[in-house]
Amino acid sequence: MNKEFIEIRWHGRGGQGAITAAKIVAGAAFISGYLGVVMAPTFGTERRGAPVMTSLKISREKICDLSPIQTPDIIVVLDYLLLKEVDVTCGLKPGGIIVLNTPKAFESYSFKGYSLATANITAISVEAGLPHGMVNTGIIGSLEKATSLLGIDVLIKGIEEEFRTQKPEKNSLAAKIAFERTRVRG
Amino acid sequence: MYIIESGNVAAALGVRLCRANVIAAYPITPQTPVTERLSEYIEEGSMKAEYVPVESEHSALAVCIAASSTGARTFTATSANGLLYMHEQIHWAAGARLPLVMCVVNRAVGAPWNIWNDHQDSISQRDTGWIQMYCCDHQQILDSVIKAYWLAEKVSAPIMVCYDGFILSHTYMPFEVPQQEKVDAFLPPFRPDYALNPEEPASLNTVTLPDVRIDVHGELAHGYMEIRYLLQEELRTSLAVAAEAEKRFAEIFGRGGDPYIEPYRCDDADHIAVGLGSLTYQLRVSVDALRKEGIKVGVMGIRFYRPFPDAAIANALKGKKGVIVFEKALSYGYEGALASDLKSALYEHLAGTGHLPLVQNFIAGIGGREIRTDDLTQTLRAATQSRIAKEPTWIGLKL
Repeated sequence: MNKEFIEIRWHGRGGQGAITAAKIVAGAAFISGYLGVVMAPTFGTERRGAPVMTSLKISREKICDLSPIQTPDIIVVLDYLLLKEVDVTCGLKPGGIIVLNTPKAFESYSFKGYSLATANITAISVEAGLPHGMVNTGIIGSLEKATSLLGIDVLIKGIEEEFRTQKPEKNSLAAKIAFERTRVRG
Repeated sequence: MYIIESGNVAAALGVRLCRANVIAAYPITPQTPVTERLSEYIEEGSMKAEYVPVESEHSALAVCIAASSTGARTFTATSANGLLYMHEQIHWAAGARLPLVMCVVNRAVGAPWNIWNDHQDSISQRDTGWIQMYCCDHQQILDSVIKAYWLAEKVSAPIMVCYDGFILSHTYMPFEVPQQEKVDAFLPPFRPDYALNPEEPASLNTVTLPDVRIDVHGELAHGYMEIRYLLQEELRTSLAVAAEAEKRFAEIFGRGGDPYIEPYRCDDADHIAVGLGSLTYQLRVSVDALRKEGIKVGVMGIRFYRPFPDAAIANALKGKKGVIVFEKALSYGYEGALASDLKSALYEHLAGTGHLPLVQNFIAGIGGREIRTDDLTQTLRAATQSRIAKEPTWIGLKL
């Protein structure tokens, strides 16, 4: 993966917090020296429960192109059931990374030609003390495990800052557990 | 301090830093988060202002007009059909010479109904006597709001700060939020020469006769035509005041450049792409790609659309082979309004030189149609090879 310019596409459902997750990673990237970070949600179709997408571009230089990501390096899927509804790998670069929240066995997915990282973020988040269905902080731990993009510490800091009034420790704990338990292949 | 936030929040922060006194607005996508955020600032006490919820955009601007007439610094924001619903009051605010600042979060105009970005809303308000500024990123949104208050109050004219709906309004990127002390140093409190006062009631802008007349004090009072002439004259001279604003801003905040245009790789270019807003930043990526192929092309964003900086634009395009105008709006029945204005400026300033650049016009992103950078690059490449000006060409049309 070219670490000068990285494109991450997030797939979630309206209300699942994909935008907040992308925002935390954006902030951590900026602090880590990426001058260009642009996070662009899909516009106009966001409804609770509906499939939504968010683009995150991370660059060493200012980003002038705000158009949607065509060929992501990484895709993050907050709900494995989206695999049946959305062509999540659309445009994913050969050898690209898929980060997936799923209760299913790691071995049950093939995704030929791509790297795969999975964890049961839904269960991990409950274990960390979060309400059922809160997965947007845990998934950040899996993303870091799969990519070694920014280091877990700066992301944990970002999570605690973003959730400073809403269970910061439980949210960061979810990311820490997910970071430990994420299985990676490819 | 740098933060990562949306373009709408950048606008709201700018308004708070400018210490606006009265905010009146009606929600419309994609503008809503600006005024929502401002209402939160007022509620939490981080901003001392009166928020007037109204039942329509027409009333929002009417409240701003009334408040500004009493000497309050006011703010409103809107988009698309909301802006058009204000239209009568938009003319009024300019004629009344009130220094309102309004963010226009650019969105396509119905029918058919559409919430996504293009520039038809603000471009269609071109002839109302408002100053129009266009922004390319979040820093420019925040900085333009601050500059706009200073300029509006200096020249007694209202200003629209225009930025692309969703593409900028709902996108997150880093920008610097200046310190309050610096903004206070740049922008003094609003102290108009004349303000309505309940102790001394007065009627403003009542029926004004076609001809001048001697008023009750025995002084020669302007007719409607004189008042309107002065609006035009002072808008034209406001270009020089805008340059002063830019200079002062750069001194205090350490940011800024040419007040009217934002050229990129234009110096040795044969062909220059021209446009408004974030599209001109996207075109930089195409320019970089074509430069690698050896094609001498540049791009120039126009920061002020009204008053039109015709001399600065013509000067920047002098000696170029071609000008390629990309627009997210058009004057239906002819061509893009910017293309027409630009040709007029070139004719006025360069016809005598014996060389006028070829002007081509492309329409893109209407109703939020995705503009792919590859399509822009292809269009720009082909345009540099073209020798004839055609009817405006629509990019990405699927007919």
